[in-house]
Amino acid sequence: MAVCIAVIAKENYPLYIRSVPVQNELKFHYTVHTSLDVVEEKISAVGKAMADQRELYLGLLYPTEDYKVYPSHMIIVYYTPVCMFFILIENILLYRHTRYGYVTNSKVKFVIVADSSNTSLRDNEIRSMFRKLHNSFTDVMCNPFYNPGDTIQSKAFDSMVSAMMVQAS
Amino acid sequence: MESLTLTDVEQKYYSDLFVYCDTDNTKKVASNGKVLDLFRAAQLPSEVVLQITELCGATRLGHFGRSQFYIALKLIAVAQSGLPLRVESLNSVKDLPLPRFVVAKNEQEARHTAMYPDLENQGPYQGVIPRPPGRGQVKKVSAHEVIQPCVPTPDTTSPVVSPHQSPPTSPHAWRKHKRQASGGNVERPPVVVAGAVWTPFREAQSGPVVVGDGMWSAHSPPPVQESWVSLKDTYPPSSSKMIISICYFPLNVSLANEIQRQSSSGYDDPWKITDEQRQYYINQFKTIQPDLNGFIPGSAAKEFFTKSKLPILELSHIWELSDFDKDGALTLDEFCAAFHLVVARKNGYDLPEKLPESLMPKLIDLDDSAEVPDQAPDVGYSGSPVEVTPNKSPMPSLNQTWPDLNQGNEQWETFSERSSSSQTLTQFDSNIAPADPDTAIVHPVPIRMTPSKIHMQEMELKRTGSDHTHPTSPLMAKPPELSEETKLATSMKFVTANSGKCQGMFHYHKELRTIAVCRSNSGTSPEGLKVAAAPPPPPPRPNASHSRSSSLDMNRNFAAHPTGPQQSGVVACPPAIPPRPLPTQTSGPHSGHRSDEGLAAHSTTSPQQIPEQPNFADFSQFQAFAASDQPSDDGEKHPESLPVEKSTEGAGPLRTVKIDNQEDRAAATVNSAKGSIMAPPPKPVRRRLKSEDELQDEALPPKSNVIATVLATLPSIPRSVGKDKKAIQASIRRNKETNTVLARLNSELQQQLKDLLEERISLEVQLEQLRPFSHL
Repeated sequence: MAVCIAVIAKENYPLYIRSVPVQNELKFHYTVHTSLDVVEEKISAVGKAMADQRELYLGLLYPTEDYKVYPSHMIIVYYTPVCMFFILIENILLYRHTRYGYVTNSKVKFVIVADSSNTSLRDNEIRSMFRKLHNSFTDVMCNPFYNPGDTIQSKAFDSMVSAMMVQAS
Repeated sequence: MESLTLTDVEQKYYSDLFVYCDTDNTKKVASNGKVLDLFRAAQLPSEVVLQITELCGATRLGHFGRSQFYIALKLIAVAQSGLPLRVESLNSVKDLPLPRFVVAKNEQEARHTAMYPDLENQGPYQGVIPRPPGRGQVKKVSAHEVIQPCVPTPDTTSPVVSPHQSPPTSPHAWRKHKRQASGGNVERPPVVVAGAVWTPFREAQSGPVVVGDGMWSAHSPPPVQESWVSLKDTYPPSSSKMIISICYFPLNVSLANEIQRQSSSGYDDPWKITDEQRQYYINQFKTIQPDLNGFIPGSAAKEFFTKSKLPILELSHIWELSDFDKDGALTLDEFCAAFHLVVARKNGYDLPEKLPESLMPKLIDLDDSAEVPDQAPDVGYSGSPVEVTPNKSPMPSLNQTWPDLNQGNEQWETFSERSSSSQTLTQFDSNIAPADPDTAIVHPVPIRMTPSKIHMQEMELKRTGSDHTHPTSPLMAKPPELSEETKLATSMKFVTANSGKCQGMFHYHKELRTIAVCRSNSGTSPEGLKVAAAPPPPPPRPNASHSRSSSLDMNRNFAAHPTGPQQSGVVACPPAIPPRPLPTQTSGPHSGHRSDEGLAAHSTTSPQQIPEQPNFADFSQFQAFAASDQPSDDGEKHPESLPVEKSTEGAGPLRTVKIDNQEDRAAATVNSAKGSIMAPPPKPVRRRLKSEDELQDEALPPKSNVIATVLATLPSIPRSVGKDKKAIQASIRRNKETNTVLARLNSELQQQLKDLLEERISLEVQLEQLRPFSHL
């Protein structure tokens, strides 16, 4: 059900965005962007660095009614900064988009946009998805040929994200 | 020109060659360029070639007609045989071997003669026809032979293979023949290499190839040196890569050739690393990291491989493939694999999606860390060993592409993919671990098993209130020896504190354990089960079997019974062991009733007894109980010792939840047991709050009644000291009844437990299947 998965770098530019229904990609980008604000807000609210992964999970951000007519998607924003936040945005519309945020300790943000019209993902499932994403992201980072700040072009990462989006949907 | 008589084989061979040289497709004239190249490939001195050319008449004609070409070929054969070149030798020499041509073969190229323009003869190599690793191009017949894992992207970047040496071609040729689509060629002796060179040029003519090859084998001398020349489509990277290595690594030519030779010696696996290659890799490894057991840090590896001038993206992909353990550093095996992939890529092979079997680093046994460098020669050939390291990157493409070659090894890869590292396990555990803090694992709480009015009352309350009757309250304290004696002892009961009721789940313990004495939990006190602190030392904690179901069961338990008053609240705190005598005693009078309705009655009586709170440690109560409560309807009661009675009685309450309806007598036995238990100190019976849902759902209701009945009988311990003998007998009877009831309950619960376990396993399997990346 994860319709869109995005990895946002520390400086809030996307490292990786991928959405399943390609036609709405721009909207997902927009959604992710708006989610960033919420994430930032949560990050700043947190205050001190939190190492606990639980707190890295932001969860639902805020309900929005902006989106209409297109399926809500959960945007996974990878925030590698201080903590991970899940940003969950629910759209009341036809399809609800639930956004989950997750921030890493290095201020990389992950955002998952999921379609809440499907079986709502359990919190644990979201967390596991973020965990996988984080692991894959770590693997990408470990590659000495990857320069931090580059877009993520790892095939393994792509395949993992694809599987996640397929699985979720 | 003299007429030329050719044998059939020769005829065929020559015609093949002519076709090969007939780039203009004129069917009449072989292009000079090709012919000359061919002659060069014959490895004859140039003057001989000139002589041949002259002899055949091409010099006169200025071109190579078919006849001239054939004559030339024959003369080449003559020259190669060491015979003097004479026109008359054309026909006179019998059994002349076919002319041999050393060519780096490239079948599709050969077909299209495209390779010739691409010929890049490197200095040291002469007469070499570049052999592009025609990956995608399946040459002629062997469509299925495309071993390359990658899509055919004719990336003939590989420089010419140096054939000027005479490497042992036999295996190579053999391999080529294997590659041949024609099935019959597989066993062809490698000797025929030279013939094999041209075979690919014949499209879809496995027949002639076969023949030619056969002839070759008949004729060719053992040294197949030339054979290695042309690798077929399945040109293993090992051969070409060496050339590449020459290109960009400071590799000396000889090594490259040697390696190339070696490459041919491999068998089907194109990704196999030959000895020379491995040695070369090891040497390179040493330049970076002298310690063969050590690691090459990522930065150093990056610099090293950047020298290969491959695009960063490809290098990144290679790194992903080769860094098996994802640690950002390369071990020797990983380095060799990476190097191998780089060379392959330079030679034009596409990178596989996942690490090929032969490149997987050999797992290092935990107890043998020094073996990594030693197996360098083995790794390349043996494929990855059984052990497996978690391999994240190939994982997604696990079932993908590595095609036919590694079919045999698929299971290894699969295994490796599946092998779950601790990471997987932990993830799994974490997934399983309940997120809900409420579902805390309840540690066993000793429950007082001695009968008590309060306990019985509580049991009554529980019975009436929900499915879960107070399992422990009516149970009598059971000495350890009793538990051993009875089957009931196999199950342990754990009580979790709850708000007001004894909440107990039976947990069947495989081994006879500590069922011991269970204190009546909650003492039937309205405030809930409280395990008495005073009672004798609690039985040993439940063993691992409980932990199994801890979280899961708890979840289920709570999920299944969110409503029951007693279930709620679970067991945040160890339930206190309430004194039990009262409830049991109060229900004593009702012990006679063994029917379900009797249970209700018993239940009602027990609450009344709850407040009594007799001293549970007062065994005299048991006596009284036994004396007063003579359910004597079960005459078969046990004249057993008190301990037995006690155990049964203790078991009875334990099993309260599970006792069948028909286990009426158990109640009696329980009661009797309770009454008679005097000597053994009550021991808390651990009760597991969580129980399988089925147990609770199915078994409890029906059994609770029985249990209630049993429990109801328990509090029949009269307060006053009754007649010893009679009380003992009565309690014996009751204990026996309880024993049987509980035993039956035990078996049923165990069956349920098994079912639940199976279900759980299936669910877990499903879960794992649904979460392909859970082991990331």
